[in-house]
Amino acid sequence: MQLLDVTDLNTSFFIDGKVIHAVDRVSFSVSKGEIFGLVGESGCGKTMTALSVMRLVQPPGRIVKGQVVFEGRDLLRLSDREMEGVRGDRIGMIFQEPMSALNPVFRVGEQVSEAIIIHKKVGKKEAKGATMELLRQVGFEDPEKRYAQYPHQLSGGQRQRILIGIAISCGPSLVIADEPTTALDVATESQIINLLQGLVDNSAMSMIFITHNLNIMRKFGQRIGIMYAGRMLEQSSVDVFFKEPLHPYSKGLLSSIYGLMGNQKRLTAIPGFVPRLAELPRGCTFHPRCPYVMPVCREEEPVMKEIGKGQWVRCWLY
Amino acid sequence: MGQVLAVLDLQRVYEVKRSVFSVKKDIIHALSGVSLDLDQGKTIGIVGESGSGKSTLARCILLLERPDGGTISFMGKDLLGLPKGELKSLRKKMQIIFQDPYSSLNPRKKVFDTIAEPLLFHEIVDRKGVKGKVMEILKNVGLDEGFVNKYPHEMSGGQRQRVAIGRSLTTDPALIIADEPVSSLDVSIQSQIVNLFLDIKDRTDIAMLFVSHDLNVVRFVSDEIMVMYKGRVVETGTKDEVFLNPLHPYTKMLINAAKGEFSRREEDAAFDESKGCAYYPRCEQRKAHCRDSIPRLTGSKEHKIACFPESGGKSAHSS
Repeated sequence: MQLLDVTDLNTSFFIDGKVIHAVDRVSFSVSKGEIFGLVGESGCGKTMTALSVMRLVQPPGRIVKGQVVFEGRDLLRLSDREMEGVRGDRIGMIFQEPMSALNPVFRVGEQVSEAIIIHKKVGKKEAKGATMELLRQVGFEDPEKRYAQYPHQLSGGQRQRILIGIAISCGPSLVIADEPTTALDVATESQIINLLQGLVDNSAMSMIFITHNLNIMRKFGQRIGIMYAGRMLEQSSVDVFFKEPLHPYSKGLLSSIYGLMGNQKRLTAIPGFVPRLAELPRGCTFHPRCPYVMPVCREEEPVMKEIGKGQWVRCWLY
Repeated sequence: MGQVLAVLDLQRVYEVKRSVFSVKKDIIHALSGVSLDLDQGKTIGIVGESGSGKSTLARCILLLERPDGGTISFMGKDLLGLPKGELKSLRKKMQIIFQDPYSSLNPRKKVFDTIAEPLLFHEIVDRKGVKGKVMEILKNVGLDEGFVNKYPHEMSGGQRQRVAIGRSLTTDPALIIADEPVSSLDVSIQSQIVNLFLDIKDRTDIAMLFVSHDLNVVRFVSDEIMVMYKGRVVETGTKDEVFLNPLHPYTKMLINAAKGEFSRREEDAAFDESKGCAYYPRCEQRKAHCRDSIPRLTGSKEHKIACFPESGGKSAHSS
């Protein structure tokens, strides 16, 4: 059974009488112990998808329809109270900017133990002990010293470790990591990736890893979903995807980043620009930039089709 | 080919108070002994992570910051010793392109005015000729006539960066410094802008310093690569030498990371950087003596590294 099953999720923003579909008919699932990579450019709806799963969409945004079945319950049908019990306890979240996600006036140790006190209903002392263990788990060799420090005393990578500690503090079965390494240097990024991989390997935890950087997914994760203009365009296993990308957009993205290994003189660029969600083209949202565009692509939007071997694609070519 | 820029032994030191109330100051060497030579029509890619000093280097060359030591010679003139008047006329020969095209363009100016202003200010064309020249520049950066009346907020990030690049070309510069020019753009747009830089290289004799933390991007536009770490140059050489035969452990780590192969080494505890190699705490090939002395940049013209040979750095064609 899948740990998380998202079906036909739609999240829209209602601004000045206009409706903007930030997440449009998105379906995917994450099984136990799996890392699912959600990849796309800015504004493609990857973060909105994650926020919808957590039910953290703020007005004027609203989840319009869909199902988010997590551990057998549809999260969209839970009361706010029940949802609070899931958030932070069964599902942990890691954000991109570790400085703004931590409270600057509290010691980092207290911020880690706060989640434990709230969700596990334990005393301060017990929570502190658990926090020390967590700090060690996320790679601090001197947890006592770290516990008493404030966010500004830590480097970006160390702060991100603290946030990871908070996310896993209650032993969640799913962690959603939204661009957790984007604000970090390459070397620090690799340490954080290693840490996350280790945490998943050593527990039954699953992860949704959101990133704009396809390169990271090459050696990380089992399945990958490519989003564009609010829609899922392709889904497959990481191995298959990097060998045999199907959607023209995926192919374009891959050839834009393959530069380092290739010998060509120019980069193969995807022409045009990412459309605004308020002014989407008719038909397939990618057709104005697509090198394989056919008449049908301008008229009608393709649906998600299974090609086999767990490969799904939304394109008229298949 | 003529030399455009020669930087020798550049130093830049920042003093930082330990805390708001502290009297004691920490000294940070943002640049220690950085040298480079750049010829007409060539591009040097400067690679490093945040805090490596790559942006400080760019700012010092443009004299947006005054270096604390060393010399900068631009088009044969010593920039640091030049009287103000002469400096002003040289300045138009150097241009900078910033990372975020939204904050570097004036939000109240239409594209036309953004590009026309430097043309008129430096008297490159007169009022009659300005329209034609603006159109020509826009065409060169891949924007059509419809853009002249747009404001920055009406354009996408990639289009804004094209305008910023267009503006930098107005004064017919000898040197363009591009500081992370594609980092804030989407992946599918990055390659378009990289190709635009390649076009400019093909078409003109402009020398470029291309600063970026992204090796993939740097490789495409550069003839030479300079890798910086904590204010020092750790490896420098021709593009192929550095990419196909990287010698410094830091460069190797960066190239592997760009391929998606991540290093396993964690940074160690405290270490006095003024005494030993600054990369020591993270180095995978370190030896005991790396802690006590700082390696100098040595090697041939094609390839130099700052690493002790016994530490796996091997020799870079040591002559």
